[in-house]
Amino acid sequence: MDASVLPENPLPVGSKSHHASGWWGMLTIVATEASLFAYLLFSYYYTAAHATNPWPTGGAPDFTLSIPGTIILLAGSFVMAWGEHGIRKGQNGRLAAGLIISILLALLFLAIQFWEWFHKPFALDYDAYSSLYFVITGFHMAHVAVGVIMLAVVLLWTCLGMFDSKRHSAVSIAVIYWHFVTVVWLFVFFTFYISPRLA
Amino acid sequence: MAVETFRTPMLVTAEEAERHAPGLERIWETPPGLWGWLTSVDHKSIGKRYLVTSIIFLILGGLEAAVMRLQLAQPGMHLLSPEAYAQLFTMHGVTMIFLYAFPVLSGFSNYLWPLLLGSRDMAFPRLNAFSYWMFLLAGIAMYVSFLTGRAPDNGWFNYVPYASRGFDPGVNIDAYALGMILLGVSTTVGAINFIVTLIRLRAPGMSLNRIPIIIWGTLTASLANLFAVPAVTLAFVLLWFDRSWGTHFFDSTGGGQPLLWQHLFWMFGHPWVYAIVLPAMGIVSDGLPVFCRRPLVGYSLVALATVSTMVLGFGVWVHHMFATGLPVTSLSFFSSASMVIVLPSAVAVFAWIATIWTGRPRFTTAFLFFAGFVLLFVIGGVSGFMTAAVPADWQLTHTYFVVAHLHYVIIGINVFAVVGGVYMWFPKMTGRFMNETLGKWSFWVMFIGFNIGFFPMHIVGLQGMPRRIYTYPADVGWGTMNLIITHGAYIFAVGVLLFLVNMVVSRIGGKRAGANPWGGGTLEWSVSSPPPPYNFKLIPIVARRHPLWEEELGEGQDRSSTNTRGFLLNHGRETLGTTMLDAEPDVILKMPEDSVMPLLLSLALTAFTTGLLLKLWLLFGIGGGVALLAGIAWLWPQRSLSQIER
Repeated sequence: MDASVLPENPLPVGSKSHHASGWWGMLTIVATEASLFAYLLFSYYYTAAHATNPWPTGGAPDFTLSIPGTIILLAGSFVMAWGEHGIRKGQNGRLAAGLIISILLALLFLAIQFWEWFHKPFALDYDAYSSLYFVITGFHMAHVAVGVIMLAVVLLWTCLGMFDSKRHSAVSIAVIYWHFVTVVWLFVFFTFYISPRLA
Repeated sequence: MAVETFRTPMLVTAEEAERHAPGLERIWETPPGLWGWLTSVDHKSIGKRYLVTSIIFLILGGLEAAVMRLQLAQPGMHLLSPEAYAQLFTMHGVTMIFLYAFPVLSGFSNYLWPLLLGSRDMAFPRLNAFSYWMFLLAGIAMYVSFLTGRAPDNGWFNYVPYASRGFDPGVNIDAYALGMILLGVSTTVGAINFIVTLIRLRAPGMSLNRIPIIIWGTLTASLANLFAVPAVTLAFVLLWFDRSWGTHFFDSTGGGQPLLWQHLFWMFGHPWVYAIVLPAMGIVSDGLPVFCRRPLVGYSLVALATVSTMVLGFGVWVHHMFATGLPVTSLSFFSSASMVIVLPSAVAVFAWIATIWTGRPRFTTAFLFFAGFVLLFVIGGVSGFMTAAVPADWQLTHTYFVVAHLHYVIIGINVFAVVGGVYMWFPKMTGRFMNETLGKWSFWVMFIGFNIGFFPMHIVGLQGMPRRIYTYPADVGWGTMNLIITHGAYIFAVGVLLFLVNMVVSRIGGKRAGANPWGGGTLEWSVSSPPPPYNFKLIPIVARRHPLWEEELGEGQDRSSTNTRGFLLNHGRETLGTTMLDAEPDVILKMPEDSVMPLLLSLALTAFTTGLLLKLWLLFGIGGGVALLAGIAWLWPQRSLSQIER
């Protein structure tokens, strides 16, 4: 028998950080969700490249609210990382604070997005650009909303005292998704707000 | 109660393990009855369900084809109206490509993976059950619009603008969209399960160079699906927006791009073609050695060929679009990529031929199907190579030549491998052999019928007969060939019927089979037939690629340990997690109990999506709410899974 495979030390039992299968599962979800956004943005660039009318409709969108929105979403990710580091040291309160602040920042981001939506001069069915704008930002907002639900559930479990410094895979797994939602926004932001100015 | 945080897994002998077998049985068994059936997360039950369900879809798709072949048997027939014919060829394609060809391979993989890898279940058993239920509901969604009098009728690739509201106003296209979105969820979570299972759940010692080829095939297909499925899901979502909310993604009047649909569809569609053949090629790569009494020739090359086929497979989608007026540079690139992809396929073909040539073949039914597969693969590969050339494709596209090609590929590489695989693993799944005499009849009738039915399609295609026409005039001279084709198709159908009859008869009264009826070399043959609910009393320890052939092959000193010594994990449902590359013991994984949440979540998500697509907002709200609660209940941290420590 091949002796090298026999464990010399006791093995950890059950879900712990990278030992949790769910941690790997979330990475694969991020991979497939990232592909979804890649195809969405491909649709944008493909349509833009073939556009015959002036692109984008109504000129490049304004930075006034989108830059603050971007900063707010980024800040949420940093706060969440701070909270997650708290639970690694067993600080339940710091985790709860991180979760609450991140959720509030995300809700603020969503409010800003809706504000932008309702002040657009065109509706969803105006043309190809309006379709792409509302559907792609809408897809992202739906992902933020799912992220908020995940953080809220994790907050509930935190308040029920389910996590400690050793077992908190649910937190780590939700946080991966949360960072993904932030990073993917940077691509959406670049596509809609910056790329038209480069052309 | 304190939760155990560390433990050294107990290494015990077979005799000691025997004493623990009843306890393991109690821990892992699913209670009998309907409730047990609805809540089971056992990968073996789920795998068998996948197999049975997809074979039912194979029968449905076959019946649709049988009616079409009657209609085409002679010129000017009026058995079917053009509208009925359009629904039949669409549903035939949808059924075979989406509801049979891939799910049947998921069935094999779900059943076999833990047994091949030396594990007690998949990484996410509940997700596995969820994946099956979503597949079943997707199939129902695609078929349910028959009840409204109009099924999807725009071909399985559903091009715009025909699929737009203006040209196809019924609920049929929306039902197709719904089915594809649900199936996308099923395929994606299935892919995630296979990937994480491969990373985490191999028996200790089963390093990456020791996994069977079918594992490489399903792994590659799963990785591809992870990246490809979102394209088609998105395409159908955007189509729904165009149809229901007046957007302009594919509508040229608003600046949209009809060709965007084709790009999104085939960016998914071509990787999918490989997803429905690579695991089947894996079945043959693992099956031929068993019946040729030697290891596969060129294991590493075949594994590399599997992966490189898929990598190249992401760069060839435009060969479905050669006739759409794209720039010459683009055509040249995709044409050469489509020719290069022949190379890894040829590597696999030569490996199979060399395995047969240098082995001592036993001409069992399974062997015949695998060998027939190799021949049909070569024919389908050559006609594919021909259509990869742009000038030839311009002549052949949308003719029966393409129909011939895709049937040689899908029936040749998928169905023949699957039927051979059933003959090979039926004894493992049921404890009984299939009848060999009837089996050989089923092979020869299928093989001869298939070639009579599909080879002449190349010829009528070259003569210019377009695909998807519901009838043709007598003076074009396609009548004789079509009559031959119809006869061949019916002979083929008789062969399939013999196979189905054989399954039923053998299930009831077949000859009893032992643990290793064919003398196979991989781990699934080390457990009883059918395997116990926990698969392995002892988690085996693997030292070679063929743990059961080590004596015969006389490879070195190290020996695998199957059924002699191994790890006993019996503090509840447990299996061993190992490291990604070398498969060294890493963690004791706690596995979930049976649960009704997968079924509940899939029903709720189906209600949610149906409500959204048909704008039934109450259904949408209830479905979403129940899905949310079911999801939270599913993921609620549990002490029994060691997710909570204090």
